[in-house]
Amino acid sequence: MSKLLSIPDALLNRPQNSSMVGTSFMFVCVALVCLYLADISISTYDPWLEIHRMMLGVITPDFFAIDAIGSALVKTVAFALVGVSLGAVSGFFLAQVYHLRTVRLACSLVRSVHELFWALIFLQMLGLTPLTGILAIALPYAGICAKVYSETFEEAEASALQAVPLGSGIVSTFFYARLPEVWVHIVNYTGYRFECGLRSSAVLGFVGLPTLGFYLESAFNEGNYSEVSALLITFYVLIATIRYWLRLKFLGVYLIAAPFLLGGGADIKLGNVMRFLTVDIVPAPLRGSDLLDASNWMKFFSWAQNMLTDQALPGIIATIVLTQIALVGTAFLSLAFFPLISEKFLGKYGRMVGHLFLVIVRSTPEFILAYVFLHLWGPSMLPAIIALSLHNGAIIGHLMGRYSNEIRLRPDHANGVNLYGYEIVPRLYGQFLAFLFYRWEVIMRETAILGILGIATLGFYVDSALADIRLDRAMFLIAITALLNVGIDSLSRHIRQRLRLSRTVQNHSRVSTQADGK
Amino acid sequence: MIKMNFLKITSALFLSIGIGLSVATPLSSPKASDTFVFTAIPDEDESRLRQRFNKVADYLGQKLGVSVKYIPVKSYAAAVAAFRNDQVQLAWFGGLSGVRARSLVSGSKAIAQGFEDKAFETYFIAHSSTGLKSSPAFPKGIAGKVFTFGSKGSTSGRLMPEFHIRENLGKSPHDAFKKVGFSGNHSKTIQLVQSGAYQVGAVNFKVWENELKAGKIDTSKVSIIWKTPPYPDYQWTIRGNVDGRWGAGFEDRVKEVLLNMRDKDLLSSFPRSSFISASNSDYQPILDVAKAIKLID
Repeated sequence: MSKLLSIPDALLNRPQNSSMVGTSFMFVCVALVCLYLADISISTYDPWLEIHRMMLGVITPDFFAIDAIGSALVKTVAFALVGVSLGAVSGFFLAQVYHLRTVRLACSLVRSVHELFWALIFLQMLGLTPLTGILAIALPYAGICAKVYSETFEEAEASALQAVPLGSGIVSTFFYARLPEVWVHIVNYTGYRFECGLRSSAVLGFVGLPTLGFYLESAFNEGNYSEVSALLITFYVLIATIRYWLRLKFLGVYLIAAPFLLGGGADIKLGNVMRFLTVDIVPAPLRGSDLLDASNWMKFFSWAQNMLTDQALPGIIATIVLTQIALVGTAFLSLAFFPLISEKFLGKYGRMVGHLFLVIVRSTPEFILAYVFLHLWGPSMLPAIIALSLHNGAIIGHLMGRYSNEIRLRPDHANGVNLYGYEIVPRLYGQFLAFLFYRWEVIMRETAILGILGIATLGFYVDSALADIRLDRAMFLIAITALLNVGIDSLSRHIRQRLRLSRTVQNHSRVSTQADGK
Repeated sequence: MIKMNFLKITSALFLSIGIGLSVATPLSSPKASDTFVFTAIPDEDESRLRQRFNKVADYLGQKLGVSVKYIPVKSYAAAVAAFRNDQVQLAWFGGLSGVRARSLVSGSKAIAQGFEDKAFETYFIAHSSTGLKSSPAFPKGIAGKVFTFGSKGSTSGRLMPEFHIRENLGKSPHDAFKKVGFSGNHSKTIQLVQSGAYQVGAVNFKVWENELKAGKIDTSKVSIIWKTPPYPDYQWTIRGNVDGRWGAGFEDRVKEVLLNMRDKDLLSSFPRSSFISASNSDYQPILDVAKAIKLID
C-alpha cells in the first residue's frame, strides 16, 4: 500500500491522478471494513499429510493415467471455439444496436450470470448435450462482446467517417469508414476472449461436460494428484501456446472441424424445455394456481420475502464482503506480479520464469487453489480471498506487464525500486485501475463458485437450491445475483467515466494485441 | 493477417457456425432410442464408480439382450435431472435422491436395493484433537465445533445427520455449530476431518469401511464417535415407461436381472452382499424425515 501512496507530489497535484489515488484509498478502506466483518481464521491441525501428497503429485505428473486426456483436450478447444465464435458474432451484431436501452439491459443481464450457472440452467432443459456447453459460453460472451465492441466503435477515430462523401450508402460507409478503424481491436479482443473461453470451457467440465475440468475435478476429488498435475500441465501448455496455434488463417478450418468434435449426448426434448420454462421456475406458490386469486399472490409475496431475508440478503452481504476484499487483494498482487514479465525489470530468462508463474497462477481454476488453502488453513473466508486474489492478480499482472513493455523511458531513467515506484507504476496507474474496475464484476461472479468452502455467498444459496431441485428458488436467486452484478457493472462504469479511464483501456487493447500477434 | 478480407472471414465464420449447428443437432440425438441408459449418484471416487458401473452395464446388456450404457454425472441433482428428463431410464439413487426423482416422475418405481440398504447407517467422525470419544448416545459435545456434511443432496451425508442433529441439539446445524461446510462427497469428508480442517463430519458407513480397508484412514487422527440408528438408503429406480420402449415385461426383467446378480466382484464393488426387492413405500421414512427438516416441501 505504501507503494500505492508513494506517488510523487507533482503527480498528486494533477487533478486526475489525485482523484485516482483518492478512489484507490477509498477502496482500500472499504476492504478494511469488509475484512473486519469477514470470517477469517486459521484452524487446521494436520494439513501436511495431504499437502505432502499434493506436492508429490506436482512433481510426478502422470500423463497416462487418463485415457481420455486427448479427447478432453480436443473437446475443451472445440467448445471454446464454437461457443466464443457464436458469442462474438452475436455480440458484433448486438453492438450495432447497443444504443437501444433494451439491448443494453439484456446484454448486461446475460453476462451477469456465471457460465457455470448458465450450464446448470441448460442442463435442466437440455440435459448433458453439446448444446448445453455451447450456449453456456455463447450467451454470456455475446453480452460481453457486444459491450466491448460497441465501446470500441464509440471510441474509434471519426476522421474517416467525416471524409465519406454525402449520399454514400449505410453499408458501404460501415465497411469502408467505420469497420477498418476498429477491426484490429475487435480481432485482438476476440483473440483474448478465446483464452478466456478456453478457461470457461475447461471449467464447464465441473458440471459434467466432457472437457478437461471433468477429469480434473474427479482426479482432484479422489486425491490422485499425479493426474491432477498432468491435467493442469496440459491445460497450461494449451494456454501458453495459444498464440502459436490460434491464428486467424486457421480459424475457418478449426470452426468447420469443431462441431464434429463436440461429441454426442442425450436427446433434446422440447417437452423438457417447456416444462422448465413454464413450470419449474415458476415460484412454488404460483405454480399451477389461479393467478386471479389474490391469496395466491399473498403467498407468493411471503415466499419472496422469506427468500430475501433468509437467503438473498445474507448472500448479498457475504458476496460483497468477499468481492471487495478480493478486489483489493487482486490490486496489490497485480502490482507485485507485473514486474515479473516486464522488460523494464527482468532479463529474458527471468521473464520466462515470470511468464510461467503467471500462466500457472491464472490458469489454475480458483476452486483448486481455494481447496488447497482450505486444507492449509481450515474453513473461513481466507482460502477464498487468497484464491481469488491470486487468480485475478495474475491476470491483471499479465496485462500490465505487457503494457509496461510499451512504455518509452528517457535514456537517463532510474532503475529498480525507483523506476518501479516513481515512473512505471504512476504511468501505468490509469490502466491498472481500468483493468481492476473491469475485473470487479468478474470477481463478484467468481465468488459464486466457491460455495464448497461453506461461505454463504449468493452462489452457495443457488447451489443449495439446485441441489434441492428447487429450481424456482434457484432462478430467483440467480436473478438477484444478476441484478447485483448489473449494479456493480454500472457503478464501475460510473467510476471509470469519472476518472476518465475508459479511453486508456482502448489504448491498451491495441498494445496488448500487438504483443499477441507477434 | 489483418489485411485478410473481412467479408471472407465473416462469411467463413457464419458458414462454419451454420454447418456446426446443423451437425451438432443430429449428433446430439443419436440412436438413443434403443439404448437403455442408466446413471448413479456420484457419492464417492468417480473412477471407482465408472469401473463399477461399466461392469454393471456389461452385465445388464448381456442378460437383457439390449444395448446398455452408463453415463457419469457430477452431482446428485444432475442424476435426478437426467432421470426426470428421460435421458436415463434407470438410476442407482440414494434414499433422498430416489424419493425426489420418484416424486418428479410419475409411474417410476424403486425395484431393488442392496441387502445392507435396508439398514444403512451414518457415522459421525471426529478429529483426535477434539477429544471426542465413541459413545452409544448422541455426542452432544459436537455442539460448537466446525462440522462438515458430505454432498448437499446426500441421504447419509446430509439428510440423516441433519435430522439427528436437530433432534438432539434442538437447533439447526447453522446455529448448533461454529461453522458448517459441505465437503462434496464422503471420501472428501474423511479427508477433511483427517486433516483437521473440519473437526467433526458425517459419513456414509460403507464408504468409511471401504476407505479403511484401502488404508486411506489414519485412525489415530480420525475416528468414529457415533453411529446413527439404521434407515433405508440406496436403491435402483426405474422409469415407468420402459415397457413401452423395450417391450412388455422389460421392467420385471431388469428387476430380476438385478436381483440375480451373483458375481462377487461386481457386488463387492458397490459394496453390497446382494440385491433384494424394494418398493416405493420402503422409502416413506426418508420422505417423512426430508419433510420434517424441510428439504422437501
